[in-house]
Amino acid sequence: MQATTHNVAHGGADEAHHHEPGFMQKYVFSTDHKMIGIQYGLTALVFLLFGFCLMLCMRWQIAHPGQPIPLVGHLLERVLGDVAKDGKMSPDLYNSFGAMHGTIMVFLAIVPLAFGAFGNYVVPLQIGAPDMAFPRVNMASYQFYVLGGIIMFVSFFIPGGAAQAGWTSYSPLATSIPTHGQAFWLIGMVFLISSSLLGAVNFIATIIQLRAPGMTWMRLPFFVWAQFVTGFLLLLAFPPLEAAGVMQLMDNLFGTSFFLPTGLAVGGRLADISGGGSPLLWQHLFWFLGHPEVYVLILPGMGIVCEIIANNTRKTIWGYKSLVYSVLAIGFLSFIVWAHHMYLTGMGTKISAFFQTTTMIISIPSVILLTCFFISLWGGSIRFNTPMLFALAFLPMFGIGGLTGLPLGLAAADLHLHDTYYVIAHFHYVVAPGTIFAMFAGVYYWYPKMTGRMMSEFWGKVHFVGSFIFMNIVFQPMFFQGMAGMIRRMADGGANYSAAHNPGAIGGLSASMMGLHSVILWGAVGLAVSQIPFILNVFISMKNGKPANDNPWDATTLEWQTPTPPPHGNFAHAPTVYRGPYEYSQPGAKKDFTPQNQA
Amino acid sequence: MEIPYTTKPRPDTGLYNAKVGIWLFLASEVMLFGALFSSYILLRVGAFVENWPHGLLNVPIGTVNTIVLIVSSITVVMAWASLKMKNFGKFKFYQAITVLCALMFLGIKSFEYRDKFTHYEVWKTDGTRMTGHIEGKPMFLTLAKVKAAGKEKIGFIPDPYHYSASKEVKHTAKEHPGEHKTVEIAVSEIKRLSAFVPAHSTYFAIYFTLTALHGLHVLGGAIVIGFLFGPGSKMWHSDPERFTNRVEVAGLFWHFVDLVWIFLFPVLYLL
Ligand code: HEM
Ligand SMILES: [Cu+2]
Repeated sequence: MQATTHNVAHGGADEAHHHEPGFMQKYVFSTDHKMIGIQYGLTALVFLLFGFCLMLCMRWQIAHPGQPIPLVGHLLERVLGDVAKDGKMSPDLYNSFGAMHGTIMVFLAIVPLAFGAFGNYVVPLQIGAPDMAFPRVNMASYQFYVLGGIIMFVSFFIPGGAAQAGWTSYSPLATSIPTHGQAFWLIGMVFLISSSLLGAVNFIATIIQLRAPGMTWMRLPFFVWAQFVTGFLLLLAFPPLEAAGVMQLMDNLFGTSFFLPTGLAVGGRLADISGGGSPLLWQHLFWFLGHPEVYVLILPGMGIVCEIIANNTRKTIWGYKSLVYSVLAIGFLSFIVWAHHMYLTGMGTKISAFFQTTTMIISIPSVILLTCFFISLWGGSIRFNTPMLFALAFLPMFGIGGLTGLPLGLAAADLHLHDTYYVIAHFHYVVAPGTIFAMFAGVYYWYPKMTGRMMSEFWGKVHFVGSFIFMNIVFQPMFFQGMAGMIRRMADGGANYSAAHNPGAIGGLSASMMGLHSVILWGAVGLAVSQIPFILNVFISMKNGKPANDNPWDATTLEWQTPTPPPHGNFAHAPTVYRGPYEYSQPGAKKDFTPQNQA
Repeated sequence: MEIPYTTKPRPDTGLYNAKVGIWLFLASEVMLFGALFSSYILLRVGAFVENWPHGLLNVPIGTVNTIVLIVSSITVVMAWASLKMKNFGKFKFYQAITVLCALMFLGIKSFEYRDKFTHYEVWKTDGTRMTGHIEGKPMFLTLAKVKAAGKEKIGFIPDPYHYSASKEVKHTAKEHPGEHKTVEIAVSEIKRLSAFVPAHSTYFAIYFTLTALHGLHVLGGAIVIGFLFGPGSKMWHSDPERFTNRVEVAGLFWHFVDLVWIFLFPVLYLL
């Protein structure tokens, strides 16, 4: 069975009467899920780097408030004008960069990478489908994403600069800032949301309809399950944000008061509005998306990690069924925990008690997922290649992020921790050394399938060691700063609240807490440097990497049972599935892996 | 390469791809309008009665529009059923009615919008408020615009009663309708002046947001159904089964659009 897929590799019989598509059709307006996946991936990686650069500038400003930014300060002044006067970061610019860092990382980097890129490339292959159910919708989804990205990017250069009200865009702040950055943000978001919706419909329909014969639900690789649930989260959680976005746009452009309370004063003057709106309404609608969104950020990563662990322990995953049920439970529960972001809004203790309870419940399936992965390692003869190193590092990093979420989920503890650097550390542990490591793992793992060449193992390991060390240097200190009371989103890094600035005042931030800023800054610089081997590795390996065969990792799932790189239509012969996804080291089998399509 | 189940249903799910797609899409639409309805509830619960205009919409016109949409909902099914019975001529007939209904709905709605844009409320500095029309029937006038035009007075034709008036006041006003008299209001006495536009109040904000979003859906549906009626119907001769599926999927969307209106009408016009 397996052999047959090989010899028809390139230019099979039916390809003869297809003419070769032109450049535009092949690379820009492609409807092939693999090309769209790669487009998504490259665009998202560029945004990831861009978002990271914004943060580097901000970390400089935090560590050295009011001093010109080295290297890029004058460039910023040239392109952005007065907000970066003398190469220094003004508070307005800091706010813009902060808001856009969050927005770009979440909506333009991680989601497109995790869902758009890996989902697009891998899901149809893993379920044995020739393409997505709706290839043209797929293309439109990518185009909407690019349009949204362009609108966000352009907003940096309009008078007044990009949005300044944080990635959460709380009203009335978001409506009171007298520039048009927020309008750009909202319009950009409408495009990004539409893109996600199209993607979600397509993914779910594909998984329901296009599974190969024999690919039953319980034979799906866990990665596909993770994408399936992610699809539902995007499908159902994003529309309320779209509604909220439309309402905030109305507030900004047409003078309505959806989120503006009666008696609102801006700049010391009563605002000329009808009032009667509710700022809390925005927060409810935002977090109704926001919390499912964090699972959108993490679940695809979990899926990738699961594939790689099974492959490199050469064992079946421990507790496949509990993984599936847990991920479904997370999907449902993530819709009823949102207000744990709002304990301090005065929404009332009864509501807090409810959301505190659901938050504790949702951590159970999260812990089950992590536990299954850990137990899967037990007794395996582990291959420590680069994808596996990143996947292994994911486990404790996500563990730290998840466990530090529990105190935040308890209303009493959150009183102290809310809006401090502790929260920043919490979610970055889940998203940065968590999800981003999983993304790296995925790149190293599937790169040979996409390009036909392996990435360099040596430089991969350099990338891993550097990233692992510096990630922790960046984010570990934030837990301590946060617990010491350092508030997030301050353009001077808290200097105004430092003990040095207020001698004798109780509770000022100590010199050692303030000193951690430099540690973090240099950690971030180290992290930037550590990415250089990765970037070079991606490009150089394309030409010079070791050639990869169709199944370089000896894997069982269907994406490896295709020619490398897979042709248009994916499979030389439509596959039939006979077994579960992770049949490694089966007793009696000739090899230590048994592909799913082997009878 | 052929994508499976584009026309024929997949045996174990019993659905063809586009049908799964449209149901998923409608699920997201439910969440979209659900969020707006929830916002309506939250805003209304939090509003003072006197700031929540009531009874300003034209119920008979709204009823007509409701009927128009219900009719179109029936014809869209009939059109699909005609195709199933291989009667292309009947399909054309019914689908034409559907498109006409959609356009009629939009026409009536724009008339209603226009009516609101020329209807005003004045808040006077002495605390009194009244609704009515301004002489010359201007649209979108605000206090700032009046001042910018250098006017000192406006001619105002007040309604018989304000929407926040008590039941008895409204009742007597209806029993004894006086004649419409123009009163002059000095601009210096005006605190706020607003037509019934989104900025007027959270009620009109949500009214316009909901109905405009719904209107966009009607427009989108009309374009798709119009396409299937016109140029798209060529497919009937090349791939009748696929064409019938398309008509069905468009019809599902159309039903959803109607259903939203069935909720919107009582919520915005009656309650
Ligand atoms: C597993 C259990 C988790 C629990 C109990 C939890 C709990 C919380 C709570 C209560 C907050 C609000 C803190 C505050 O603002 O005071 C929070 C913030 C946050 N969490 Fe988690 N979380 C968990 C997992 C995750 C995961 C998996 C992700 C993402 C991949 C994530 C991303 C975030 C983000 C982005 C924020 C901050 C949003 C903001 O205010 O800007 N969390 N978490
Ligand atoms: Cu949350």
